[in-house]
Amino acid sequence: MTEAYIYDAVRTPRGKGRSDGSLHEITALNLSVQVLEALRDRNNIDTAEVEDVAFGCVSPVGEQGAVITRTAVMNAGYAETTGGIQVNRFCGSGLEASNIAAAKVMSGECHLAIGGGVESMSRVPMGSDGGAWPSDPASAFHNYFVPQGVSADLIATKYGFSRDDVDAYAVESHKRAKKAWDEGRFKKSIMPVKDVMGVTVLDHDETIRPETDMQSLGALNPSFKMMGENFGFDGVAQQKYPGLEKINHVHHAGNSSGIVDGAAGLLIGNKEIGERLGLKPRARIRSMASIGSEPTIMLTGPEFAAQKALKRAGMNVNDIDLYELNEAFAAVVLRFMQALKIDHSNINVNGGAIAMGHPLGATGAMILGTMVDELERADKETSLVTLCIGGGMGTATIIERV
Amino acid sequence: MSDYKTFTMDLDSDGILTLTIDVPNQGMNVWDEHLMTEFPDFVERLISDDDVKGAVICSGRDNAFMAGADLRMLEKNSGALNKDSFEESMHLNRLFRRMETGGHTVRQMQREGKKAKPVAVAVEGLALGGGLELVLACHHRVVADNPKIKLGLPEVLVGLLPGGGGTQRTPRLIGLQNAAMMCTQGKNLNPKKALAQGLINEVVEPGKTVDAAKAWVKDNVKGVLQPWDVKGFKVPGGAGSMNPKAVQFFVAANAMALKESKNNYPAIKAIMSCLYEGTSVPMDTAVAIEVKYFCKLLADPVSKNMIRTLFVNKQAAEKGAQRPEGIDKIDIKKVGVLGAGLMGSGIAHVTAKAGMEVISLDRSMEEAEKSVAYTKKILDKNVSRGRMTQEQAEAFLARITPTDNYDDLKDVDLIIEAVFERPDVKADVIKKTEAVIGKNVVFASNTSTLPIGGLAKSSSRPDQFIGMHFFSPVEKMPLLEIIPHEGTGDLALAAAFDYNKKIRKTPIVVKDVRGFFTNRVFPPYANEASLLVTEGVSMALIENSASLLGLPIGPLAVTDETTLKLGYDIMTSTKEEMGDEYVPTGSEEFYENMVTKWDRAGRRFGAGFYDYDEDGKRLGLWKGMTDHYPLAEEQPSAEEVMERLLYAQLIPTANCYAEGVVPDPQSADLGAIFGWGFPPYTGGPLSYIDTIGLEAFITTADNLAQRHGARFTPPQMFRDKAKAGETIYEKKAKNDKKAA
Repeated sequence: MTEAYIYDAVRTPRGKGRSDGSLHEITALNLSVQVLEALRDRNNIDTAEVEDVAFGCVSPVGEQGAVITRTAVMNAGYAETTGGIQVNRFCGSGLEASNIAAAKVMSGECHLAIGGGVESMSRVPMGSDGGAWPSDPASAFHNYFVPQGVSADLIATKYGFSRDDVDAYAVESHKRAKKAWDEGRFKKSIMPVKDVMGVTVLDHDETIRPETDMQSLGALNPSFKMMGENFGFDGVAQQKYPGLEKINHVHHAGNSSGIVDGAAGLLIGNKEIGERLGLKPRARIRSMASIGSEPTIMLTGPEFAAQKALKRAGMNVNDIDLYELNEAFAAVVLRFMQALKIDHSNINVNGGAIAMGHPLGATGAMILGTMVDELERADKETSLVTLCIGGGMGTATIIERV
Repeated sequence: MSDYKTFTMDLDSDGILTLTIDVPNQGMNVWDEHLMTEFPDFVERLISDDDVKGAVICSGRDNAFMAGADLRMLEKNSGALNKDSFEESMHLNRLFRRMETGGHTVRQMQREGKKAKPVAVAVEGLALGGGLELVLACHHRVVADNPKIKLGLPEVLVGLLPGGGGTQRTPRLIGLQNAAMMCTQGKNLNPKKALAQGLINEVVEPGKTVDAAKAWVKDNVKGVLQPWDVKGFKVPGGAGSMNPKAVQFFVAANAMALKESKNNYPAIKAIMSCLYEGTSVPMDTAVAIEVKYFCKLLADPVSKNMIRTLFVNKQAAEKGAQRPEGIDKIDIKKVGVLGAGLMGSGIAHVTAKAGMEVISLDRSMEEAEKSVAYTKKILDKNVSRGRMTQEQAEAFLARITPTDNYDDLKDVDLIIEAVFERPDVKADVIKKTEAVIGKNVVFASNTSTLPIGGLAKSSSRPDQFIGMHFFSPVEKMPLLEIIPHEGTGDLALAAAFDYNKKIRKTPIVVKDVRGFFTNRVFPPYANEASLLVTEGVSMALIENSASLLGLPIGPLAVTDETTLKLGYDIMTSTKEEMGDEYVPTGSEEFYENMVTKWDRAGRRFGAGFYDYDEDGKRLGLWKGMTDHYPLAEEQPSAEEVMERLLYAQLIPTANCYAEGVVPDPQSADLGAIFGWGFPPYTGGPLSYIDTIGLEAFITTADNLAQRHGARFTPPQMFRDKAKAGETIYEKKAKNDKKAA
């Protein structure tokens, strides 16, 4: 099979996903266009060489609807021949889109493709697309649906993580993110977002709060307690996990991923196209995996996705130098570390979504790019990138520095 | 003029056709086979007769508008799922649609301006189920201003859904949330609430509904349409998967419904699906969706079992199916209740509530007055919540007369004794009472532990002595065990039934053996939970498994309520009484430790399986239990725990039936559901066994017996029945009947 290489990775900074966020005025289309322009311009490529573009987007309605990717490809001035597909695997969308681009290369369908994602959560709120999963009784009853926050609290309860454990993790995320920015660890891939006049509106991740400490987090009320206790979701979760006397609600706004706006993209191709276009490969895709897991606890999928990807690559847990797991909720990462016996010093080394936010459709592509940069910076060889996913899924990708 | 059996039709000079429904041979108007056969003639006349300008529908009965469908008719349904069964269930719906559309198609109504002749309904009494669905299919709904009139869709309570358009017209009139409350909970609305929500159009003075309905028809003879047949109609509050409010409603309502039903009640899920799927399509499609779900429910054993036990058999029991014939109705106006403790006070309360006078006797006035205080507390709450006026409460309370003087019992019609559970105390009370009461007055004892036959020995009229076992709290618990001893005569049994008919409990007749019926089954079940604890099974898993089975409360929580002390005391006294014949339960040591060593005798004592705060509020399961009984490393699955807890109820019930403690399967099933909360969706333990099949039951029971002990061994009678191809409810299995 053909090898797929990552030639470049760019991402926007993440803007607070509310009406007072710096990226609120920038449409999802515009964010996507700026990412595609950056990839073209940084690599000085003839866009006719880019055969397809896959972008993740989790709420593909309104201005994010109607295959936002193809619209962005056209508006970025790419060649008419470049296609566009919009991918939705919930929080794994950005990584899945990158994997699709890689798979197109590996299968020989494309020589050069782009994977990435976009989400303007301030403009198209989470859940805007409704969906049968939580609302159609046929699904909700059959699948014992609970919202993700309740699932995260279920993980904390089942695997024994206290409020202090999850808060301490959150404090560290902010510390690491701050340090990473101070040391310029993201600078290779960050592309400031500009307004219609061409003036920069955001050049840094907007939600990092380095002053965050146990005390400030301790003052926050659990976010999913009311939902769980008053709207029946705890009772539903307990039907799936009858060994639990009650759900311990430990997650809140400070130890869960932030709601933000952003977009990202990676240029992925085979060896020959790189040589022909004079591009230097930065990382090779070693393996990819997507799995389904128990949907009520929902967010334990990364463990199984990682194991599957490792097996595909013929590797074991210790063969990976750096792990990157999206910080959807602190307990998700703590459980992953516990299950695979991974030391905190080897995972999410530059912080994560608790500090910098989680633009649903883009995050997977962002953290994959972060790992490309970090392998080079830290002079490491291998990284496994993974995300927990709604509905009980996991997607993982293993890359190796070239 | 007409020769219809179930209604009359009168055309007045204004061209208004009045349909007066009066279904014969039924307690109330219901949709039975006769009305179903004749109703189409009304619809056809309405549509085709040019002299008819509109119609008013009313009831010829003064007790109700219409109570719904005759469930006995549904019981006969084959349960097949095919086009024929669909068409059969669509029949009434098509008539309703024809009536409300005037027989026009949607295209004719929405593009050609066609309208229907106006139909108004005049409701002077309750309208439930199919009765309310007829009301909803009328264009204009007028209800009498009487808060006692119940408007509701109770089908869910017997495992069905309102299949006459109920799940579709309610959301289109009152929005998804209100409709879901009506359809999934089966709760009734009174006319004022129904008007406020928009389910009905007018509330008028009782007796004036027909006039108001006619007036409306007269004003609308040019033709009308239901709102949902008008182009551009929107469900109030929104509907459809693209409507954020509707989505939000479904996400929360699904979770609440699932939390409560544990997926044990297919009707609840089906109703939610009807609301979800039906409200985003036109009415004709919506009704077809509803009917398909209805057919599926009708074919499900859950509805069959619920209809049989909770409706047919319950009604039969309450009507007094087991009351001896040939004894005139005994009119009980005044009851002497002996003992004003918790049980006596509760009995006094329900007796007074039913309009009877109560003489509440205890050793001293101070003790006797406790029964008055008991009722006053309940009444005060009712008054403060506006459920009762101060005058009503005072009249209620005045019916209870406390006394310490036996002479006050001289003109009572019935005695119910609820004094301390000691044979000598009871004997003394029996003698003193019989000395003053009339010679024909029946004496009932509310003992729960002492044999009735033994107590009757103290009576000078043992043939008039009977057991009446109430459950606590009396005003809430729906079951009454009636226990004749060997010498009880028909008069006593009849009196017990006639009294019960007034207080409206569900009665079963039970043999005079230790524990009667329910107290023979419940302790082994509670004991099984204790055994699981001693085996190191997580207490949360035990409690949640019971909850998943559909029990209202976990066995450990219930044991805390009844107290471990009581269990321990009964265990000790049983051991003493039975001597060598005592069969150990395996949890003797555990109970002894909990009560005498660890200070965890139950909620009343401040601690049990659970911790409690000072007000007795349950805090959480006792963490210290694992110090004594460490958690097993390998926990059983919830399915295993559920199976043990279930069979710990099924086997003792089967034994009771086999030993004749209950006379028939109906009584066992009613007793289980209303006595200790056996999951209603099963139709009761014996219905459950029939549903899974005797063979499967015996296999599982034998398996459990092998693994956990002989207490799970099924009775020989059940093996014999399995071999003979019988079920519990039917002597011969159905296919055998056909072959014969």
